[in-house]
Amino acid sequence: MSKKPTTKKQVETTGHSWDGISEYNNPLPRWWLWTFYACIVWGVAYSIAMPAWPIFASGATPGLLHSSTRADVAADIQKYADANKPIEEKLVATDLNQIANDPELVDFTRNAGGAVFRTWCAQCHGAGAGGNPGFPNLLDSDWLHGGTIEQIYTDVLHGIRDPLDPDTNPAAAMPAHLTDGLLDQTQIDDVVQYVLQISGQQADAAKATAGAEVFANNCTACHGEDAKGMQEMGAPNLTDAIWLYGGDQATITKTVEFGRAGVMPSWSYAPEGGTARLSEAQIRSVAAYVHSLGGGQ
Amino acid sequence: MSSTEPSESGPLYAAREPVFPRRVKGHFRTLKWVLMALMLGIYYITPWIRWDRGPALPDQAVLVDLANRRFFFFMIEIWPHEFYFVAGLLIMAGLGLFLFTSAMGRVWCGYACPQTVWTDLFILVERIVEGDRNARIRLLRQKWNFEKIRKRMTKWTLWLLIGVATGGAWVFYFTDAPTLLHDLLHGSASAVAYTTIAVATATTFAFGGFAREQICIYACPWPRIQAAMMDEDTITIAYREWRGEPRGKPGVAGNGDCIDCQACFNVCPMGIDIRNGQQLECITCGLCIDACNEMMDKVGKPHGLIGYIALKDEAKERAGEHPTNVWKHIFRPRTILYFTLWAGIGIGLVVALFMRSPIDFNVTPNRDPLYVVQGDGSIRNIYTLRLRNKHGEATTYRISVTTEDHEERAPLTLTLEGQPGDTVTAPADQLSTQRLYIEAPAGSKMAREDRSEIKIWVEDVKGTDRAAAEAVFNGREQHH
Repeated sequence: MSKKPTTKKQVETTGHSWDGISEYNNPLPRWWLWTFYACIVWGVAYSIAMPAWPIFASGATPGLLHSSTRADVAADIQKYADANKPIEEKLVATDLNQIANDPELVDFTRNAGGAVFRTWCAQCHGAGAGGNPGFPNLLDSDWLHGGTIEQIYTDVLHGIRDPLDPDTNPAAAMPAHLTDGLLDQTQIDDVVQYVLQISGQQADAAKATAGAEVFANNCTACHGEDAKGMQEMGAPNLTDAIWLYGGDQATITKTVEFGRAGVMPSWSYAPEGGTARLSEAQIRSVAAYVHSLGGGQ
Repeated sequence: MSSTEPSESGPLYAAREPVFPRRVKGHFRTLKWVLMALMLGIYYITPWIRWDRGPALPDQAVLVDLANRRFFFFMIEIWPHEFYFVAGLLIMAGLGLFLFTSAMGRVWCGYACPQTVWTDLFILVERIVEGDRNARIRLLRQKWNFEKIRKRMTKWTLWLLIGVATGGAWVFYFTDAPTLLHDLLHGSASAVAYTTIAVATATTFAFGGFAREQICIYACPWPRIQAAMMDEDTITIAYREWRGEPRGKPGVAGNGDCIDCQACFNVCPMGIDIRNGQQLECITCGLCIDACNEMMDKVGKPHGLIGYIALKDEAKERAGEHPTNVWKHIFRPRTILYFTLWAGIGIGLVVALFMRSPIDFNVTPNRDPLYVVQGDGSIRNIYTLRLRNKHGEATTYRISVTTEDHEERAPLTLTLEGQPGDTVTAPADQLSTQRLYIEAPAGSKMAREDRSEIKIWVEDVKGTDRAAAEAVFNGREQHH
């Protein structure tokens, strides 16, 4: 027999005693010690095999395995780019109006286009595409330049009034009527009352009547006789409830006095020797995504 | 008073003392065999039970389908968003452990814990190959000769086979068992399957064969927690030293009932002497009771020198009184409270399970922006509808919206993104997502008010099932 426990086990104490309470000194199991040594061996082996020790000005020791998480990420990105290649080629080859009929492309553009939007567009148009003052809401029924998928695609491709891209949308700018001396202050006040009136807001009727004439002489070239705007000029409809900069009297007055000329960058523009910010497939994806948000025509 | 002089002597690290449990017969041993057969049977057979769910769904009765994020349990199918059922089961398992521990001590450890069951199986194999306790001690001390190598190799091979079978059975719970078995045998199963089997084999082999009681003593947190569950009413295993002491030869005047035969120590899988009193190593497996009773029969003394006893009864028994009825120990406020909690959660889960709507969907309002002003001044709210079609076939649902506001009922209009009409078809056994647009006309009450309650209804066009989700419509103060 290996052991004959006939008496109560005598447990070693550490010799520490507090008010008569002493501390048992149960030894740790031996395997625990081995595990501890194994961890040391592992630590040494790991620091030889993997990047571990910092080297001044040159990162760290590369390790025998030359492992690099940065290279892993690059390889991962390349893997997904390669995996997406066939569907991106299909997207580029498909007519824009046919995208909505292909479930595979719908699925792809909702996700890839959504990712492009959140990366490049959300800063101005908002993460939910709800717009900001000066940056159009892309969810509503009103479009400055047109809400068809082709028009959205063209606007993303070349931008609006982007001086760098010769093909950019050459939308007319709203002139600064006060600073450029096109209208005097009374005319501006009148035409503002007229715009308030035609958009269904509270307005001074007498001033609005005078303003109607000012409008007819100065504004209809872009906003149209009926003030419903012209998409080819990028001129907004002034009779509806949607305002890019704000529809209150103060903001409209400011708009007439100092003008407006919003700019959207061209996403296909490439500087000398550089590459475009977005690829053709990304531009098509984001166009299809924006078109699917509820406002698309 | 305190002193902090450390003692000089004593080892810092203790080698494991090998334990050689002797064979024993008795009630508790029989109970353990039955429970072992039952539990191993459940473990190995369960993945092979089939359950017909139609063509689109797997026909394995119990399946944790990680790839498709489904859990199948006979007629029940759990989707990821219903994981609270699993959480509830885990809470019940925890409360069940509390209940059993406070009533009967470490019964879980002694009879049902996989570590105990597999160790028991490994000890059985060891005994069949190498012989009983004394033969095994001899073999350990023996030099490495042919006999020792043969016996050791045979034992380890059998252990390894049990380990492979254990790990092998484990992976069957996660994919279709017959397909996986075929793939495993043909070497075409996934690397994950082989790795899982390898890891489970290695841990079974090491834990059941070599670590054994070390796992219970050093690795498992449960023995430390259990102390908090036990009180003086808890029934646990103890040596009746007032009856047994002083130990010695039977028949000698002045000696107690204990004949100091070491049987209780020799059969103990934890390698402890129960006569030293309650110890944290004791898993209350009851084998020392069997061993002692066997010996008492031989010397013609009554059973129960070692037995299940509650601390409260110790004083009574010392005084020669009858112990309290065992049921009074078991039914006490503490255990009744644990049982009530346990049963309450159980009933809650069952009710929740049967109240699950056949149409399962939820509606998330778009919060960026909260509303969209349309050109004509009407207000549009955007919602995302997530429909879970749990049928084995594609199902068409009709979507509609209602409002409780009878006073000035807003003629809300509902349109679906990219879909004409008001129906959406969800593919079989899938989650489908649909964007909804709800519009309140310009100037209407709902367009003006900050928040209005609405209900979005989903109904199966073919059946009668219909369910609603409550949602909020956000309007705004209009410019005048």
